[in-house]
Amino acid sequence: MTKQAAIELQNITKTFGKVVANKDVSLTAYRGEILSILGENGSGKTTLMNMISGIYFPDEGQIFVDGKEAVIASPKDAFSYKIGMIHQHFKLVDVFTAAENIVLGIDDGKYNLKKSTEKIREICDKFGFELDPEKKIYTMSVSEKQTVEIVKVLYRGADILVLDEPTAVLTPQEIQKLFDVLRRMREAGKAIIIITHKLNEVMALSDRVAVLRKGEYIGSVNTAETSEQELTEMMVGKKISLNIERTEPKDPVDRLMVKGLECTDRTGIKLLSNVSFTLRGGEILGVAGIAGSGQRELLESIAGLQKVSSGEITYINPKTGKTENLRDKTPRQIRDLGVRLSFVPEDRLGMGLVANMDITDNMMLRSYRKGKSFFLERKAPKTLAEKIVEDLEVVTPSVSTPVRQLSGGNIQKVLVGREIAASPKVLMVAYPVRGLDINSSYTIYNLLNEQKAKGVAIIFVGEDLDVLTELCDRIMVIGSGKITGIVDGRTATKEELGILMTKTMDESEGSGNE
Amino acid sequence: MIAYIVRAILIGVPMLFGATGEIITEKSGHLNLGIPGIMYVGAISGVTGSFLYENACGNDIANMNPFLSVCIPLVCCILGSMLMGLIYSFFTVTLRANQNVTGLAITTFGIGLGNFFGASLIKLVDSDMPSVALTKTSRFFCTKLPFADDLGWFGELFLSFDFLTYTAIIIAIIASIVLTKTRVGLNLRAVGESPATADAAGINVTKYKYVATCIGSAIAGLGGIQYVMAYANGSWSNDAFGDRGWMAIALVIFALWKPYMAIIGAFVFGALFNANTYAVGLGVETQELFKMLPYVVTIIVLVFTSMRKKREHQPPAHLGLPYFREER
Repeated sequence: MTKQAAIELQNITKTFGKVVANKDVSLTAYRGEILSILGENGSGKTTLMNMISGIYFPDEGQIFVDGKEAVIASPKDAFSYKIGMIHQHFKLVDVFTAAENIVLGIDDGKYNLKKSTEKIREICDKFGFELDPEKKIYTMSVSEKQTVEIVKVLYRGADILVLDEPTAVLTPQEIQKLFDVLRRMREAGKAIIIITHKLNEVMALSDRVAVLRKGEYIGSVNTAETSEQELTEMMVGKKISLNIERTEPKDPVDRLMVKGLECTDRTGIKLLSNVSFTLRGGEILGVAGIAGSGQRELLESIAGLQKVSSGEITYINPKTGKTENLRDKTPRQIRDLGVRLSFVPEDRLGMGLVANMDITDNMMLRSYRKGKSFFLERKAPKTLAEKIVEDLEVVTPSVSTPVRQLSGGNIQKVLVGREIAASPKVLMVAYPVRGLDINSSYTIYNLLNEQKAKGVAIIFVGEDLDVLTELCDRIMVIGSGKITGIVDGRTATKEELGILMTKTMDESEGSGNE
Repeated sequence: MIAYIVRAILIGVPMLFGATGEIITEKSGHLNLGIPGIMYVGAISGVTGSFLYENACGNDIANMNPFLSVCIPLVCCILGSMLMGLIYSFFTVTLRANQNVTGLAITTFGIGLGNFFGASLIKLVDSDMPSVALTKTSRFFCTKLPFADDLGWFGELFLSFDFLTYTAIIIAIIASIVLTKTRVGLNLRAVGESPATADAAGINVTKYKYVATCIGSAIAGLGGIQYVMAYANGSWSNDAFGDRGWMAIALVIFALWKPYMAIIGAFVFGALFNANTYAVGLGVETQELFKMLPYVVTIIVLVFTSMRKKREHQPPAHLGLPYFREER
């Protein structure tokens, strides 16, 4: 069977100001094939796909659809070429129903939502989606929202589907479901392009892989003829070890005890219920769960940022063995007790750092109470900032650059660096490698392992189950605010974690509080 | 009592125009704080138009064509306020200037413009009173429906108004239907909720924002001319319009961004606005307190809706934020 080219890019270049996002990229996607676009963050995958879907317009180069040159200047043009894109950040209107979102922007004669709803149901039956067209988006789970996105492009009759990191927010089971749907679409002769940086998914799903590095096209290979190692080398440009080191925790002692922790939001919905666990020094405790299951509330309760309705949080001083109650204390009171607690929140620029302040000033956020003079003491934080920049290889013009201008990975290094510099006894990190490329991620893992070796008790909230199972000593699974299980990180499987993650989902309705 | 209700409705109508216009604009994601200024400009444009027409007819009502004497002020008013809307959209949509700052500037500018031309006209008539009287044009505007005087309180309550009052209600109802039942409405709401989504769905975001702001401004401007011609019986004096523009913006919140709610809200506001003159035995200082009532009610509504947290009752999610497709 000869392959039929669905879309062909030739010498595409796109620049944003001085930044070259794509340089001279040429690649082809065929019908009845799943093509993965693989690359690190900032390698220009999304930019490239945005040019196919009409969000951006290429500075140079040509795009051919079905062998004919196409000018895609707007998303509308993309639809007319039957190209549909499912964005990483869903493009849905929260207060609309699924059906309203799906018909949005289509002009197919008379506006008739009922008729459209029927057509949506037909599509769902054909490809095996489960979707209620009359459900409002804001009451949906992430996976349902994604389904709406996919149905949306199918409703428009898309033949070429582009999916931007579709699996980032799904549980393993949901990922399997998605893959089944994608395979069914491949059978129906559609061309599918999927952007990802997860190697195992590339291997499992795609027929061919195209690799981008720093905006340039490196090459494509057939999935059957390659290995994860080879793909990583193509992606990073050098050999890199894919194994995360995991040392045995040495003489773990109880450091933090949480017992029966409960907290509710303003409307009385339980965010955490009966959470109990013990954290030991010198170990990394992973926390797995679907986004918004209470991870944030758990960490914030310990850090003294979230009001707790019942339960105990007890800290055990490693030197004296004395216990301190941390419940109902502010972060400052906790610090005054001599409890060295560091917190790397998931919202780096919202809670962790001040985006418009430079690195030095951000260091001072932790030491602002030091010094007796009326004027600020700037020397120590500046030294610290310089040390972090040097030790962690933060790429920045200087320590007086506003952190807003740094890339995601570098911002994270600054934040983690600052928290570690306080030589914590308990370190809590939430999604520390979200949005980071492979190199930066490994830097962060190494930093955590260093802290572990120093006897620090670490809580690691993560989303990538592969990382959790490789890095953590124990993994605690949280579902709808309840602990559904604590398993050994050395023996746990992803499937096991996935089942635990969804365990209480059926009992609680509308847990999507994002 | 009936006189009080009639008065309340008359006061409410300019606010209803303003609120309907502002709702349409806000649904496109633009918080147009220029509405008070735009209503001023709408009023003075209409006044100027009718002033020139009255003069051209030699100030003799016999020479005036009823149709023209209504249409000229209306067209002038719509053009004037649309132009203001266009300026606002150019700044906020195309140049992506801060919407609040631009809106406040438009208000300051519009009020100044209104007072400047108002004062110029007053100078032209050279009367003792600091106002321009367009009573003849006003008479055409206030033509009552047939039977209005024969049907007692019913006629007074439902048929005695100028045609712009009915227009205001009809526009609000049409706006409600368009927003909820048509494709254009769906697209417009999508633009205000999430322009990136609308854009990705192939909707021309810029066009929707411009058109919504300009149409909204034109509707708001009608409120200005209704005030002069129907409420004030055709007399313009500087600053007489007062806070009604701001009341219109408060009304948008009161109505929870729903034009049909704005109809009820406008009359409630009108009644509250007027309460001080009808409540007996008030001192000057307590009267001022009474004027606060519409705002107090708005705050109470705000508190209740934010407590209930129903997503459908919230402002458009992207209200006040600029949209730039290639933003990274």
